[in-house]
Amino acid sequence: MVKLIAKSAAEGLLPVEVAGVRVEEIVAPLASLSPFQGQDAALGKALKKAHGVVLPKAGQITQAGEVSCHWFGLNHVMLMGAAPDASLAKVAAVTDQSDAWCRVRMTGEAARDVLARLTPIDLRDAALPVGATARTDIQHMSGALTRVGEDVWEVMVFRSVARTLVHDLTTSLETVAGIAEMRSA
Amino acid sequence: MRVDGKGRIDRSATRSFSFAGKSYQGFAGDTLASALLANDVRLMGRSFKYHRPRGVLTAGSEEPNALVTIGSGAGQEPNVRATMQELYEGLEARPQNAWPSLDWDVLEINDLISPFLSAGFYYKTFMWPKAFWEKVYEPFIRNAAGLGALSGSDDADKYDKAFAHCDVLVIGAGPAGLMAARMLGLAGLDVILADESWELGGRLLSETEEVGGQAGSDWAAGVAADLGDMPNVRVMTRTTVTGAYDGGIFGALEKVGHHGPVPNGAPRETFWRIQTKRAVLAAGALERPIAFANNDRPGVMTAGAVRTYLNRYGVAPGRKIAVFGNNDDAHRTAMDLQDAGVEVAAVIDSRDDVSVPVDAKVMAGARVVGTKGRLGLREIMIDTGRGVRPLQVDCLAVSGGWNPSVHLTCHMNGRPVWEPSIASFVPTPGAVPGLVACGSAAGDMATADVLASAARVASDIAADLGKSAPTAELPEAEGHVYAIEPLWDAGGKGRAWLDFQNDVTTKDVRQAAKENYASVEHMKRYTTQGMATDQGKNSNVAALAVLADATGRGIPETGTTTFRPPYSPVALAALGAGAKGKGFAPERLTTSHAATVARNAPMIEAGLWYRPSYFPQAGETTWRESCDREVGWVRDAVGVCDVSTLGKIDIQGPDAGAFLDFVYTNTFSTLKVGKVRYGLMLREDGHVMDDGTCARWGDTHFVMTTTTAAAGQVMKHLDYVHQCLRPDLDVSIVSATEQWAQFAVAGPKSRDLLNALLDAPIDNESFPYMGCGPVSVAGVAGRLFRISFSGEHAYEVAVPARYGDSLFRMLVAQAEALGGGAYGMEALNVLRIEKGFITHAEIHGRTTAFDIGMGRMVSSKKDCIGQTMAARPGLVEDREELVGFRPARPTGKLLAGAHIYPLDGDAVRERDQGYITSVAYSPTVGTDIALGFVRNGRNRMGEKLRMMDHLRGEETLVELCDPVFVDPEGGRLRG
Repeated sequence: MVKLIAKSAAEGLLPVEVAGVRVEEIVAPLASLSPFQGQDAALGKALKKAHGVVLPKAGQITQAGEVSCHWFGLNHVMLMGAAPDASLAKVAAVTDQSDAWCRVRMTGEAARDVLARLTPIDLRDAALPVGATARTDIQHMSGALTRVGEDVWEVMVFRSVARTLVHDLTTSLETVAGIAEMRSA
Repeated sequence: MRVDGKGRIDRSATRSFSFAGKSYQGFAGDTLASALLANDVRLMGRSFKYHRPRGVLTAGSEEPNALVTIGSGAGQEPNVRATMQELYEGLEARPQNAWPSLDWDVLEINDLISPFLSAGFYYKTFMWPKAFWEKVYEPFIRNAAGLGALSGSDDADKYDKAFAHCDVLVIGAGPAGLMAARMLGLAGLDVILADESWELGGRLLSETEEVGGQAGSDWAAGVAADLGDMPNVRVMTRTTVTGAYDGGIFGALEKVGHHGPVPNGAPRETFWRIQTKRAVLAAGALERPIAFANNDRPGVMTAGAVRTYLNRYGVAPGRKIAVFGNNDDAHRTAMDLQDAGVEVAAVIDSRDDVSVPVDAKVMAGARVVGTKGRLGLREIMIDTGRGVRPLQVDCLAVSGGWNPSVHLTCHMNGRPVWEPSIASFVPTPGAVPGLVACGSAAGDMATADVLASAARVASDIAADLGKSAPTAELPEAEGHVYAIEPLWDAGGKGRAWLDFQNDVTTKDVRQAAKENYASVEHMKRYTTQGMATDQGKNSNVAALAVLADATGRGIPETGTTTFRPPYSPVALAALGAGAKGKGFAPERLTTSHAATVARNAPMIEAGLWYRPSYFPQAGETTWRESCDREVGWVRDAVGVCDVSTLGKIDIQGPDAGAFLDFVYTNTFSTLKVGKVRYGLMLREDGHVMDDGTCARWGDTHFVMTTTTAAAGQVMKHLDYVHQCLRPDLDVSIVSATEQWAQFAVAGPKSRDLLNALLDAPIDNESFPYMGCGPVSVAGVAGRLFRISFSGEHAYEVAVPARYGDSLFRMLVAQAEALGGGAYGMEALNVLRIEKGFITHAEIHGRTTAFDIGMGRMVSSKKDCIGQTMAARPGLVEDREELVGFRPARPTGKLLAGAHIYPLDGDAVRERDQGYITSVAYSPTVGTDIALGFVRNGRNRMGEKLRMMDHLRGEETLVELCDPVFVDPEGGRLRG
C-alpha cells in the first residue's frame, strides 16, 4: 500500500534564530469563511458555538485557546487552528486553505525592526496593537501580518513563496542584528 | 593646524588615515576634511571642468569641492564629501578627477584654454560631424570632466530599506529642531528627529554663543538627553531627509556603516520611507560665498565653515586669516579666531559703516577682488575704494550671507519667496502640505528668534494634532540683528566662481543672458549651474542675482530654478535595497520543484512561477530531442505534468451559477454536478480575457481554473464584477490556487496509471470525458477532473499541497513503469498546438471570440460581460481569423511572429494578411505546424500564402489548414 508523505510549506527552512529573534513555522488547519448574504450574525453564532470564537471585526483577530479567527479581507475571515465545523457551511462559503499558506511566527524584541524592513504599514502600538491584523505587502509578496503578542508577530504568505519569505526574513534579521552590533561597538 | 583647547574632538583617541596615498593622524570626532586641515592639507580635489586645484569650501553636506573616493575595490564609494566623512581608524581616501596626481594634474591644461570652454562651448563646438558626438566627443568629454568613478564590479556591500511612521518628523537637530522636538515629545506625540550629523546640535556645535546660560553645545546635549528619555521620540542621527513626497511621505538616508568597520549583516546605508502627519523643517541655512576673481583657491572658504573648523574640530584652517563679508555674522569669525589666538590679518566689509570689536585691521567699504597661490591661497587683493592692495594670508573666510535651506519645500513644485531683509529666499508656507519651516530655514537668523519660531511652530502643530504642548520656556539666547547689504559679485580681473562643483563663473551666467538664455531655467541648463548632486546649494541665489543684474530684472522676478530631490546624493543601491539578486521578485515554486530540479530540468518563468522546460535524459543533446520524446510519451503511453500553477478559484453561494453566467460567455448554471465545462471570459471591451475550465463541484459550489499568468487578473476581475456590477448576487469568491497540488496525467495509459494509486479504481462510466469528482488518492482526499489539454485521454488529479511532492514522485515512477514519464512546458506546448488549443499567444488581448472561432460560445440567451461591446462594428466582420499553417514543403520552417502575405507582389505592411502566433515542430505530424490569424482565414483553407519573417529574414510557402492537426474527431479524448 502506497502512502503519500506530507510536507509543510517551510519544511527544512525553519526554524531560524538570529540575535534573539526566532522564526518558526506554524502548521495548523486553516479555512476561509465568507458569510452568505445577511448571514454575518449567523456565522458569528455558529463560530461561537462550534469553536468558541466570535466573528472578528475588520483588522482584528479573535481567539479561544488554540483556535483563532482572523479578519482576512472584505467579507472574509480565516479560521485557524481547527477544522471548520460542518455547521459553518450552512451560513458561509467554506474553503480549506490549510495547505495554501505558509504561516510563520516571529518572536523577539527586534522583530518589529525586522518587519519595518519588509512591510510599509504602521507597526506602532497604536496602529497595530496585540490582536490586530492586516493584509499587506511582505517585501514583494502579498500576505497577512498579525500581532499576536507584545513581541510576537505572525506572517502569512502563499505556500509557493515560503522560500522567498524565509530568505527575506533572514536577510532582514541579519541586517537588524548587524546594525545592533554596529551601534553597540 | 590644531588649536589647543578648542573643539569637540577626543584628543586621547587618535585615528590614522590616508589621503592620496599619504598617512596622517586625526582624532575621533574629526571629519576627513577637518583632519586634513589639521595636517595643513588644503588641496583636496580638482574641479569638474577646468581641473582647478580646490580645497574645502564648507564644513557640511553642501561641500562642492572636497569630493573624495572612500575605500577601494568593488565597493569603493565615489563623491563622498570630505566634510561629512567621519574619521575612523584605517580610513582610506583618494582624490578624484586628477591624473597623475592631485598636485600635478595633466588636465589642468583645460584651465589654460578656458576661454574656449565657457558656457555653451559643447553645444557650439561638437555639433559636427554628427556621428562624432556619440563616438568621439562625448566619451572624451566624459572622461575629462567629471566626478569620481564606480569600480565597475558588483558592489558586495549591503544596502537596506525600511519604513517608519510618526506624528511629526522634525528635519534637522539644530536649535530649532531640538526645541521643536522636545516640545512635541513632551506633548506626547510620536516624533522622529533626523539630522545628517552624528551629533545633535547643528550650528550650536560650531558656535561659541550661549543658550540658556550655558554653552550652546551643552544646551544641545541637555536636550538630546531629554529626548533620549522619551520613548515616543526617535532620534535618527547620520540621517538626511532627502525628499518630500505626496501624502506625507519623506525619504531619508541613514548612513549606517560609513564611520567604521561594518559587521556582518549590517548595511552601509538604510533608505527610510517615513510616513508622517506633520513635518517641521528645521534644516537651518547655508552660507553663500561672494564671487570675485579667483575666489576658488584652496584656503578660501565660508566664514561659518572657518568657525566650525575652529570651534567644533579645534582646527585653524590657516595661520594668517582674513575675513571678507557683507554682513555682521562674518565678524563672529574674526572674533572667534582672535579669542582662540589665531592671527586675523584683516576684516574686509563691503559696507561703509561697520565696527568690529577685534584687534585687527578693519576695512570698511572694501572688497576682495583677486587672489594668488596656485595650489593654495597666498595673497589676496583688496580694493579699498582708493586703490587695490595686496595682503598676504593663507586663508580667507568669506560670507555673502545665509540662504535658508528651502530645498525640501520645493520638492512638490513650490517656489520660495524673496525676503529682502535677509537678501534671500524663504519657504512659501504650505508648499509641501503638512510641512512648516522654522528657525533659519524660515529666515529667522538670530538664535533667540530661531528658538521662538520653533516653539511657536511646535505648539501650533501639537494643537493641530489634538495635543497641547507645555508652555515653552524659551532659553535665553543671542538676539542680534542680522544686518546685511547684498553683495554678489565683488569683481576683479579674472573668472569669479559661482558654482564650484560645476565650474560655473559669473562670466558664464552673463554669457547665457547675452545669448538670450535669460530665463533662469534656461541659464541653468546652458551653464550647468546648480545641476547634479549639488542642486545649487552654494550658488543658486548668487547665480540668479548675477542673472538678474545681467538682464536688468529684479531677483524676485528672475526667480529660482527647481530644487529637486534628493537633497544630498543617495546611492542607487540604497533606493533599490532589498531588490538585488533574489530580492528582485518572489519565486513561486511548485511542490514538485525539488523533484523536478533533481531531474535536471531547466526551469522557465511563467509569471512568478518556475516551471520545467523539459526533462533531459542521458544521450539527449538538444531540447528538441527531449521534447519530441515527451510528446511521444503522451501520445503513446502516459505523461505527467505539474499544472498546479493554473489559477483555481472557489466560487460558492446560491447565486454562483448566475454569477458565472455573467462572467463567462457560455452558460454554467445548467452544468450538472460532477461535470466540467470549458469557458471563455471577455473583457468589458469585448475582447477575450481568459479561458479555462470550470467544474461544478456541488449545487452551489464551482471550481474555476484560469491560465497561470492570468490568475491574478481574473481574480481581480471577479472581485470587481461582484463588488461593483453584481453586488446583488449572493456569491463568495476565494482563491484556492495554492491549496491544491494538481497534476496532468495524459495519454492512453493514464487511467491505468491512476488506478494504481486510487483507492477505488475508475472506469469510463464512472469517470467519462469532462467528468469530475472526489477521489481517494493513496488514502488522501483528492479531486479528479477528466480534462485534456493534449487531446489525449487525460486527467488532472489534485491533492492538498502538502502531499504534492510525494504524489508527483509517485506519478512519475508509475508513468515510467508504463513507458512514459514527466513532461515539461515545451512538450505541453507542442501537444496543445497539435490540437489547435489556444493560449495567451492567441488570446493576446486584441482578439475576439469570433476571431478564435468561438463566436458561437457567446450565448445569445443571456447577458455577459463584453457581449455588447463584442458586437460593435469592426469586431464582427472582415477580421483576422484563427487558422492552422503547414509548410507547403515538409522541410519548410515556420516562425512565430512572422507575417503572412499574398503569393504575388511585395511583402509590405499594406498587403499584410495576418501573422503567426504559435509554432512547433510536431513529431506526430512530422513537420513544423503553426497557429495564427489570417484575414477571413476560415474561408481560405487550402490556400497557399507567403510567410515572411522580416526580422530574421526567413520566407516560407505556407498552406492554410484547420487549426486541429491531430485527431480532429476527438476520439482519443473519450477513449
